[in-house]
Amino acid sequence: MKRALPILVVLLVLLAAIAVANPLFLEPAGFLAFLKRAAPLVILAAGQYFVIVCGEFDLSVGSLVTAEVVIAARLIDGDDAATWPVIALLIVAGLLVGLVNGVVTTKLRVPSFIVTLGMLLILSGAVFLWTGGAPRGALSEGFRAFGRGGLGPVPWSVLILLAMGAAAIWLMRADFGKTLMATGDNERAAALSGVRVDRAKIFAFMLSGLAAAVAAILLGGFAGVSAQVGQGLEFSAITAVVLGGVVLGGGRGSVLAAMAGAFTLEALFTLLNLYGISGALEFTVQGVIIIAAVAAGAIRLPRKFTPRRGDAHAAS
Amino acid sequence: MDTLSRSRRPALGGEAHGGLAARLREPTHVVFLALFGLVAVGWVLVALDGGQFLTMESVVGIQQRSAALGIVAVGQTLAILAGSLDLSVAYLISLTSLIAAEIMAGQDGNIVPAIAAVLAVSALVGLVNGLVITRLRVHAFIATLGVALIIRGVVDHLYDGPAGKVPESFQILGYSRIGPIPVSALLWAGVAVVAWFLLSRTRLGYRIYAVGGNEEVARLSGIRTGRVIVLTHVLCSVCAGVAGLLLASRLGAGAPTVGTDGGYDLESIAAVVLGGTALAGGKGGVAGTVGGVLLLAVLDTIFNQLEVNSFVKDVVRGVVIVIAVAVYARRIKGRSA
Repeated sequence: MKRALPILVVLLVLLAAIAVANPLFLEPAGFLAFLKRAAPLVILAAGQYFVIVCGEFDLSVGSLVTAEVVIAARLIDGDDAATWPVIALLIVAGLLVGLVNGVVTTKLRVPSFIVTLGMLLILSGAVFLWTGGAPRGALSEGFRAFGRGGLGPVPWSVLILLAMGAAAIWLMRADFGKTLMATGDNERAAALSGVRVDRAKIFAFMLSGLAAAVAAILLGGFAGVSAQVGQGLEFSAITAVVLGGVVLGGGRGSVLAAMAGAFTLEALFTLLNLYGISGALEFTVQGVIIIAAVAAGAIRLPRKFTPRRGDAHAAS
Repeated sequence: MDTLSRSRRPALGGEAHGGLAARLREPTHVVFLALFGLVAVGWVLVALDGGQFLTMESVVGIQQRSAALGIVAVGQTLAILAGSLDLSVAYLISLTSLIAAEIMAGQDGNIVPAIAAVLAVSALVGLVNGLVITRLRVHAFIATLGVALIIRGVVDHLYDGPAGKVPESFQILGYSRIGPIPVSALLWAGVAVVAWFLLSRTRLGYRIYAVGGNEEVARLSGIRTGRVIVLTHVLCSVCAGVAGLLLASRLGAGAPTVGTDGGYDLESIAAVVLGGTALAGGKGGVAGTVGGVLLLAVLDTIFNQLEVNSFVKDVVRGVVIVIAVAVYARRIKGRSA
């Protein structure tokens, strides 16, 4: 909780700024709509957090989200009866992609940056090969309900987000979390003290794959079928995690802060829209703010902790 | 001095590493072996398909196709060797292609100012990248991604499509050739030789290896590590600017999507790693990168001649990159993690 404090303060300031510009935001419906919109990115950030905290990257999540949505549309093809089997299949597929990423990274000792970059190429190529260039088929109403519908006033996606968030926090408090943290902090020391480093990393990649599958189910309902649905999500997720103060290279930062980072990113987009900053310049403002936020977070670090090799720049 | 002597530099004619067997253990040499293997396989496959592989046309094609990626990848090698990386090159290429074409505006007399402007802007972007990483202590991944977003916003805001015009005399850079060798390939070779010289023959080169190998040790041995990292980023961005000039000359205009469509950010990193340079920095060299880029280009040419679906190409390319790096990882296993 203490680690998540700075990003929570930033988040509250942004939310207050949104509320000033748009009072509707303070009403339950407005706020729930914000949560609903943020849910996929927050879930992806939680998945990416597991991978980053053990010292790796997952660049394949964006193309995995696209692949899952395109696969779902083609397999369901508007048939409501196919909804649940396809959802099960998507989750298995997500876990499987994570498993492959994890096994190649740990057993073949390929840097995860390259493994998941290769996976990105493979997934986007394979999906378009299978569909012949453009997505085909349609999602069923039952499938889209996860992104659109809700239990009374509360959207399903918010409930799923709560469940996933709680599970992520619980996982990090359990032995698995400590194992993962130790692995990211010093892999060799962790291995020597009996941590099954490879297994922990593989599991982290599988969680990231699972998060991508869930995010795809929500985005499919929310945004519909397109070949661009997952584009750039891997960078947004990594940015969100880093905004939350999680150190690239591993071993530091909380999952709660990573999720708060994703909320902050989403709040930032909302705010920029509210103030009418034109579509393209939004990227520029986003870039400046991300650098500024991460820099502000990094400047205090040296006094609090002893600087370690790899903090200042790439370690992977 | 310890890091300096331990860090592996590109071997020159075996003087540093002894026999042939020892040299083959270097990933930078393996990539050329793989390249010859791939050419052989391609030859057989294309022959079975009833075609002819290494025709004059395809050799020129390979050189032309690889020049832009090659120049970016050489720059990327410098940043990666220093333990950094640059994700902003793709958008910077788009930006510089637009700057070049807009300033030239079809006039021969404007070529020199346009080139000067491109080099100045790209050097400035590199300076910003480097300073954000070293002074503000932002991880290179986030810093260059942020700078990429900033450039993207500006480019998308100002341009909807191709703009500016490149005079015909400047298009020589993209299309002409001297004998069988395209001018663009000569430019790439020039950039690669300069980078090779810098890395293996100058003090800065040794410092880059030292910083990438172990920044803390390098700092304690009296190297101004921040300055080295900033310089590699300036050089990397200037290379991206040169690639932007080359692409502008080939297109005849500047285009806001030319950098991202080519995937120059991730592709250049993949080519560097394919060439045996360690992503964590400190090991590898320009020669390997040249091999890595050629390997990707030959692969593309084989697919084109066999008329393979472009999506299959992506799949195979992904598999090849992962397998190649896995092979290197096996070879250097046990030396260092």
